[in-house]
Parts: sequence; structure tokens; C-alpha cells
Amino acid sequence: MLTKRIIPCLDIKDGRTVKGVNFVNLKDAGDPVELAEVYALEGADELVFLDISATEEKRKTLADLVYRVAEKVNIPFTVGGGIRSVEDVDILLKNGADKVSINSSAVKNPELINQLVAKFGSQCIVVAIDAKQIDGQWKVHLVGGKVPTEIDLFEWANEVEERGAGEILFTSMNHDGTKNGFANEALKRLSQSLKIPIIASGGAGRVSHFTDTFKEGEADAALAASVFHFKEIDITDLKKELKQEGIPVRL
Amino acid sequence: MKIVIIDYGAGNIQSIMFAIQRLGFKAVLSSDANEIQEADKVIFPGVGEASSAMAKLNESGLEDTIKNLTQPVLGICLGMQLMCNSSEEGNTKGLGIFDLDVVKFSEALKVPQIGWNEITELKSNLFKLVPERSHIYLVHSFYAPKSEDTIAVSEYGLEYSAALKKDNFYGTQFHPEKSSKIGSKILQNFLEL
Repeated sequence: MLTKRIIPCLDIKDGRTVKGVNFVNLKDAGDPVELAEVYALEGADELVFLDISATEEKRKTLADLVYRVAEKVNIPFTVGGGIRSVEDVDILLKNGADKVSINSSAVKNPELINQLVAKFGSQCIVVAIDAKQIDGQWKVHLVGGKVPTEIDLFEWANEVEERGAGEILFTSMNHDGTKNGFANEALKRLSQSLKIPIIASGGAGRVSHFTDTFKEGEADAALAASVFHFKEIDITDLKKELKQEGIPVRL
Repeated sequence: MKIVIIDYGAGNIQSIMFAIQRLGFKAVLSSDANEIQEADKVIFPGVGEASSAMAKLNESGLEDTIKNLTQPVLGICLGMQLMCNSSEEGNTKGLGIFDLDVVKFSEALKVPQIGWNEITELKSNLFKLVPERSHIYLVHSFYAPKSEDTIAVSEYGLEYSAALKKDNFYGTQFHPEKSSKIGSKILQNFLEL
């Protein structure tokens, strides 16, 4: 049986892991490769590296990091942050990334999804969507959730699927950083209306939140950063508890 | 030992190179027919869409080279699918090493299947010391049905071939290079065939 995936997210700045809450008070948290190896040993199913410094001059640093991660880590990983073009993706995949995630650049230029899928295949193109519920309406936000748009989450998710993306990584801005659980209602609606896998993100604080997002939110995978970084939740323990709850996981 | 990864412009080659490196070996990337023929082990990678990957393989002129290899050959993911008779994806004619037609998963399922699934009914030395129900990592929308060449089974809506073997040809639908310790073991087993 296909298992539900647990995905730690590592925030990267200038080639180093950073820890912070909502990108504020960033502290250097060491070498991403070492942390990635630890997560892989603890039973993470995949990893996501989100480059929050992704400027033009930093791209080379990111490509080098991807190469070093691929050299050491024997589970799949996705790289996101500041990816704007076919060339950006080509460099990251050639250096050993398994997938890339695009966000704002896809909203600004939806055709980019088709171009990437045509060149590299659906399996490596993740579209990340940040959205916030305002007066009952889920609106897509850009630039790490800072800039609102009038685009409806569900319409955009449908378009992303039609354009060929392999997965959607959905972050609820209402839930992100709250540690009160994932946006399970919206996740369930996404999961039921789409054919591609949905990764839940934003709101993980306790083990039960993961159980809920798999059961109620019908998510295919769950991503979290701080609960893993600050060792509030141990990945092995989390997966054991999920298994006891009847959720298929890899142990 | 000389390990060659076939270079035809369609594959996540870096990950395979690194996985082999972690086992203490070195692989070379090659599109040279002689170099491929002289290798002790040959890996045939592949990701992306079947018809465009097959078109690239045709351009490389390596079709017959691959079919006539006599040393152990391992097709990975799309590489395995292209070793079959055909794929429904883009109506692609394959190499015909495995007498199977690759078809798409049911509309009722989430496609692509992405993640870790179990392998069962393990046969062949490729799975030496690999326990039944081990988890391996897969990403695919099309599958090879079960057949007499099946040496590992996975289940996603139905049972299908997670790995195939015919004579010296092996194929895995999953990515051993991305399947943690179990994947390394399977890759090591291949290198020790």
C-alpha cells in the first residue's frame, strides 16, 4: 500500500540552514547536508529545501548545495525558492535534485508549468500554493504569502493540475506558524477535486495534527519545519504513532 | 568493475552516479556503443515522458546495442518501461525485451503514484537479503502488468510489476537510488550479479 509521507522542510539562506519563526530572528542552524542526513536516518520520506535567499548571485550556491545533498542523501528531495525559468530548473535537476517547486513564478507566468512539464516531466514539477482564507474565500498569495491576489485557491489548483504539475504543496497562511493544526477542510476539498497528490503544509504543532491531516484532510503527505527543527516532534516517534492510528507509513 | 550508465539525454543520472559512488564504485556516463558493450554492468535510466525519451533513444542509435547486450542490464523507472513492448504513454513502441504493454493507472486513483510502497513476491538475486514488504520509492503514472517476468510486485489499485527480469535484463519501476538503505542493497545486489 502506498504510504503517507512525512516531509521535513529546511529553510536555506546563503547555503546554510536557518531556523526562525516566520522568517524572523533567523539563526544559523548548521550545514543543510548534515541535517538532511539526520532527517533521512530518522525516517523522513522526502525533504524539501526552501531557499529564502534565492537571488541571482545566490543561485550558484544553491546548485552547489543541491549537488552536496544528492551526494549524501538516499531519499528524494525537492528544491524551491526563486525558481523562474526552465534554465533554473535544468541546473537544479542536473545537480541531483529530484523535484523542484515553483510558486510565485507560476502564478505570474502559468505557461511556465507547461514548459517545465514538457521538458522535464510531471513527476519532478511541484507547484507550491500559499493561500489565505479571507471572508470565507481562499485567495492565493505571492512572495512567501506576503502579497495577496484575487485568484481563488481551488480554481488555481485546478489550472495547475491541467497544466501538468505532478503535485501540489498547499500552505495555509491562516495556519502557518500557529501550531494549531493543518487547514484540513481546504485540504480535503483539494484532495477530492484533484487527481494529483496534495502535500499539506502550515500548522503542524502536535502528532495529532498529522493524524488529522491524513484522516480528515485526506492529504497524501505532510510537510513541517519548526516542529522537526526544534525537536518538538521526533520523526520516528511520529511515524510509529501514525501507524498505531491505522495510517500507512514507512517504518 | 566497469559500470556504464547509458547517456541518451533522459534520466536523473546524477542521483544514480552518487548512489553507486556511495557503494564504493564508480560509474561512467556513456553514449558510446563500444563502451556500453564492454561494460560489466549497464544501467539504463529514464525519467519524463515515454515517447520523447524513446525518440531520444532512437536518435542516439543505441536501440540495437541495448537489445543485444549480454551482461547484466538494469532499467530504472521509465528505463524499465522502455524495455517493454510498448507504452500507452504517447503510443510508444519500446525495445520489446519484456513481452509486456505498459498502461496507465485507473482514473479512480491519484496519478502519478508518488511515494513509498511495498514490494512483495520477491524473486531473483536482485532481492537477495531484501525482506518481503520492504518499502521502495516510486513516481509513475503508467505501469507494467504482472507477468512471468515479474520478480517483485507492488499494489496500487491493482497488483503490477515493481520489477522485471528476463535473462540478463532487469528492470525496476522504483528508484533504488532514492530508496534509502533497501534501495542501496538492491543496487549492490545488481552490481554483484
